[in-house]
Amino acid sequence: MALLEGKIAVVTGAARGIGQSIALKLAEEGADLALSDVQADWLSETKEKVEALGRRAEVYGVDVSKGDQVQAGVDQIQKDFGRIDIVVNNAGITRDGLLMRMSEEDWDLVMNINLKGTFLMTKAASRYMMKQRSGVFVNVASVIGLMGNPGQANYGASKAGVSNLTKTTAKELAARGIRANAVAPGFIKTKMTDALTDETRDAMLSVIPMKDFGLPEDVSNVVCFLASDMSRYVTGQTLSICGGMVTA
Amino acid sequence: MAIEEKVNEIIVEQLGVSADQIKAEASFIEDLGADSLDTVELVMAFEEEFGAEIPDEDAEKLTTVGGVIEYLKSKGIEA
Repeated sequence: MALLEGKIAVVTGAARGIGQSIALKLAEEGADLALSDVQADWLSETKEKVEALGRRAEVYGVDVSKGDQVQAGVDQIQKDFGRIDIVVNNAGITRDGLLMRMSEEDWDLVMNINLKGTFLMTKAASRYMMKQRSGVFVNVASVIGLMGNPGQANYGASKAGVSNLTKTTAKELAARGIRANAVAPGFIKTKMTDALTDETRDAMLSVIPMKDFGLPEDVSNVVCFLASDMSRYVTGQTLSICGGMVTA
Repeated sequence: MAIEEKVNEIIVEQLGVSADQIKAEASFIEDLGADSLDTVELVMAFEEEFGAEIPDEDAEKLTTVGGVIEYLKSKGIEA
């Protein structure tokens, strides 16, 4: 039997990159998918690919930084699928710049989507999971949240927040059969990391012991593990996927 | 069924206590062994049963069995 047979999984930021890769991996393992991104029409490619794997996919246009949209989206998912087993809080953005030049707007935008968005989704979905007495959160943090990085004050702080939010989520909900873990990807080849400067890119490669960048599949495989009963006794952890760059 | 009976029934089910432990002055946390998460779930169960929305600032004050019944009645909710 596939690892996630019969499970209903929600993936935010599922239109492309790591989010799309996660959605496809979960579908491959038997889950049906509620796909979310800022605009529902961005999700048509991911939806087609999930359906090509023989799984159900529905799309939801949700800005995760807006509480009313998140609540309405999660309620609709519950209505459409009848339960929510897995939530992957993947939606995230970067607005890089040295902190001395970073605008308040760029700080707020990154914090609101990356950190507040994870909180809002967790709050809304945990209500249904508590009634089920089961559920799994997998939050996408970042090694930048563990080690900091010049030019990413907002992003790094938001992802450190995600790791910590994961710990509290795990501790508050463990008694209800709900687990929460995070993954901390290192340098993964996506459109988001393509936007980094060459300087940043070269600097990162020089500190990766495996001397290679990761692929979206390297992340989605670990997310799948954390979403499945294979990790039944694991909660509150942040697992780095970074070729050895961070070892604590 | 009277609202009191319905409320008691929900408390018995949610907290796994016996019906004779439930008195109007019984505190969910101190007398009925609920933890803070149990009280959140209890409020969710009341909302569902009575089709009412209980705002967080009201929910915080609902600490006893009698308090809940009084609150629901004050909102015009009948069983």
